[in-house]
Amino acid sequence: MNQSVFYLLSFMTVLFALLVVFSKNPIHSALYMVLTFFTITCHYVLLNAQFLAIVNFIVYMGAIMVLILFAMMFLNLGKDTEPQKPVLLKFAAVIAAGLLLVTIFAALKKTDGGQITGIASNNIGLVKELGKTLFRDFLLPFEIISILLLSAMVGAVLLAKRDTK
Amino acid sequence: MTFYIISISLLAFVAIYALMGVWAERKISALIQDRVGPVETGKFGLLQTFADIIKLLQKEDIVPTTADKVLFTLAPVLVFTSVFMGFAVLPFSPAYISSNINIGLFYFMAIISIEVVGILMAGWASNNKYAFLGSIRSIAQIIAYEIPAGIAVLSAVMIYQSLNLQEIAFQQGIYAKSDIYFFGFWKVNTVGGFLSWGVFQAPHLFVAAIIYFIASLAEANRTPFDIPEAESELVAGFHVEYSGFKFGALFLAEYAMMFLTSMVLVILFFGAWYSPLPNIAKVQLAEWTNGTYWGIFWILLKTLLIVVLQIWIRWTLPRFRADQLMNFCWKVLIPVSFACLFISAFWKLIVL
Repeated sequence: MNQSVFYLLSFMTVLFALLVVFSKNPIHSALYMVLTFFTITCHYVLLNAQFLAIVNFIVYMGAIMVLILFAMMFLNLGKDTEPQKPVLLKFAAVIAAGLLLVTIFAALKKTDGGQITGIASNNIGLVKELGKTLFRDFLLPFEIISILLLSAMVGAVLLAKRDTK
Repeated sequence: MTFYIISISLLAFVAIYALMGVWAERKISALIQDRVGPVETGKFGLLQTFADIIKLLQKEDIVPTTADKVLFTLAPVLVFTSVFMGFAVLPFSPAYISSNINIGLFYFMAIISIEVVGILMAGWASNNKYAFLGSIRSIAQIIAYEIPAGIAVLSAVMIYQSLNLQEIAFQQGIYAKSDIYFFGFWKVNTVGGFLSWGVFQAPHLFVAAIIYFIASLAEANRTPFDIPEAESELVAGFHVEYSGFKFGALFLAEYAMMFLTSMVLVILFFGAWYSPLPNIAKVQLAEWTNGTYWGIFWILLKTLLIVVLQIWIRWTLPRFRADQLMNFCWKVLIPVSFACLFISAFWKLIVL
C-alpha cells in the first residue's frame, strides 16, 4: 500500500517537475511547481514527518510560490518573443549542467542502495522530537542559519529603504 | 462509511450555514441601516437566500473568450475545497473531531495559505484588469495578515503547549488534565465555566485574541479590509467575471472562511466546546452543561456569535485605504503580536 502510494507520488512529482520546464506559459509552469511542492509534501507525510510537511506546505506552496507568481506578473513575461541568448552563454549553460550531472552521478554511485533501516520512533516527525533534535544535536548549525537569515533580512530592508537624499 | 457520512453532513452544514449567513447579513445590515431587509419570501424572508441560490444556479455559466479556461474553472474549486478542508481538524465536541492530528492548528494555517493560490488563479485567469487588481490586493493583504495571525496563535500555543486543536480545547475547562489558573493565581480546574477560558488564563491572550480576530477579518476579505472587492473601485474584485455555479462556490467559500476563522478563534481563546457557566458551590452548572451534545451546541453558539460580530463590523465601519491597511498590519499588529509572544514565554517560565 505505502509503496504503491510512494511510486504514484514519485511519478507525479517527476511529471509535474517536467511540466514546469516544458509548459510555454510561465504562469502555468509556476502552478505546476505548486503541484510539485504538493506532491513533495505528500512524501513528507508518508515519511511520518507531519510537521515538516506542513512547513513545506506553508512556506513553499503558500508564501514562496505566491511571491514567484507575483514577480512573473509584474515582469510581464507573457510575451512569446523571448530574447535570443548568445551562443557562448548556451555553451556555458551546457557545461554547467553537465558538471551537475557528473556530481549527481558520483554522489549516487557512492550510496549503497537497498539498505532501508526502519524509523527509530513513531514520533520522529512531531514538533517536540524535532525541537529536541534541533536544539540538542544541531544547535550550532541552527544558530548559524538564523544568522544567515538575519543578514538576508537586513539586506532586504537596506535594498527596500528609500534614499534619504 | 462514517467518514463519508461525516464529510457529507459537514458539507451540508456549511452550505446551509452559508445560506443562512447571507440571510443574517441582509437582516442585520437592514437593522443597522434602519430598513426591514428581505420580508417577502417565507416567514421573515427566511427563504430569500434559497430563492436566490436557485436563481443563481439557473444562470448561464459564462466563461470569457479571452480567459484561461482551465484555470478559470479550477480556481473556484480550489478556493472552496481548500477552505472546506480546514473543517477536517476542528473539534466540535469532546467526543467528536474529524481528524485528530497532532498539528491541527498548523494544518489550518497551511490551508489558508493555499486559498491564496486559488484567488490568484481566479484573478489572473479572468483576463480582466479589475479581477487582476482585486486578486493582487487580496493576496498582498492575506499574506501580510497571516503573520500577525500566526504569531497571535503561537502565543496561545505557548500557553497550551500543544498544536492539537482537541488538546487545546480540553485545556480550557473542567476536563483539563493539567492545572489551569485564572490569570495565574486562582486554580480553576474544578470551577470551570468562562473563568477557565484561554483569554482568562493569561491577560495578554485577550490582546492576542483581538489581533487574531482583526487578522481573520482581513483573511476572509471582510470589511473594513475588503479592498479586494471594493465595489466603488474594482466592480467586484477577483470574482467579477464569475457567474452561475462558480460564483456560488466562491461566495460559499467566503462564508465558510468566516465560520472557519471564527471557530478557530473560539477554540483557541474562548473555551472551545466548554460551557460558559461555572460551578458555584452546590450548583454544578459546568458539570450539568458540558458533554457531547452540549459541546456541539456551545461551540456553534459561540462561533455564530463571532460571525454576527463580523457582520456587525462590516456594516458599521468604512473601508480601509490600501496603504493604511498595510501600515496597520506591519507597524501596529505585528509588533503587538510579537510582544504577546514574548509575554507568553515569560508567563510560561515565571508565573505558571
